[in-house]
Amino acid sequence: MVNDPIHQFRIHNIFGPWNIFGFEIGFTNSNLFMGIIVAVITGFLLLTARKGSLVPGRLQSVGEMWYGLIHNMVDNVLGEEGMAFFPLVFSLFSFVLVANMLGMFPYFFTVTSHVIVTASLAVFVVALVIVVGIAKHGLGWFRLFVPHGVPMAILPFISLIEIISFLSRPISLGLRLFGNMLAGHIVLKVFAGFVVSLVALGLGGIIGSLAPLLMAVALTALEFLVAALQAFVFAILTCVYLNDALHPSH
Amino acid sequence: MDANAAKLIGAGIACLGMGGAGIGVGLIFGNYLSGALRNPAAAGAQFTNALIGAALAEGLGIFSLVVALLLLFVK
Repeated sequence: MVNDPIHQFRIHNIFGPWNIFGFEIGFTNSNLFMGIIVAVITGFLLLTARKGSLVPGRLQSVGEMWYGLIHNMVDNVLGEEGMAFFPLVFSLFSFVLVANMLGMFPYFFTVTSHVIVTASLAVFVVALVIVVGIAKHGLGWFRLFVPHGVPMAILPFISLIEIISFLSRPISLGLRLFGNMLAGHIVLKVFAGFVVSLVALGLGGIIGSLAPLLMAVALTALEFLVAALQAFVFAILTCVYLNDALHPSH
Repeated sequence: MDANAAKLIGAGIACLGMGGAGIGVGLIFGNYLSGALRNPAAAGAQFTNALIGAALAEGLGIFSLVVALLLLFVK
């Protein structure tokens, strides 16, 4: 058994690689867990909506709170016309939340701990912002980068800075989620490794291994908080960026 | 100094960036708490904004951690 903190992020094929159009494509553990995420979300929401009573029981309340959280978020940030984006924001939030939470189980693979996954989601969101912005406002959408009441002399520089800060959004959105998941899991494995190393040192080591064990428990609690918070932040930043597509002005 | 030693030292220096992130997050929540103690009724409505601000500030610290991890673990 390999016990370095990086081994947990290894992607390996479950069903062997097939040669499709020259690419070596296989069904990996990352694919498996993405499928599990979709199954969990769909299954859980179907389960909570099964009874459909007017006064919700405990299980139905969970589904309603989940729906209501995102519904209120989209309503507050985007308004009525932004409700068209509700399915997207709900899907993103649910996927990231369940992906982060599934990664907290031992030996499970954290899908969002790979930058390709989080960067793909982030680039998709920003590309959608650009496409929707131009589709809705035409070339007038670019006045997002030309703030009001700026003296003509420095306007080109301000616009350049605005464009660069806009283009940094997919990077920051993707890296934030990736960095939090990667760092959290590495730290957890490092402290777990300390416990193992100390236990190997005899009775004093076993007693001393209580310290990294308690630290690992505290860190796991922190990681649950971070998992939920990062999903929420991803969703609300998606709403804020989509607001720039619908209402481009500074 | 060989490249590997320089990488390890660079990873350690990169982790200093997270101090700024800690200060930033502390500033946000400190201001939120002082505002909430003055106006408790309005505190709940702004808690979401506090979380967004804290996540944005912490994100920059995480970027510096990513640089450190890149230096440590990418060949």
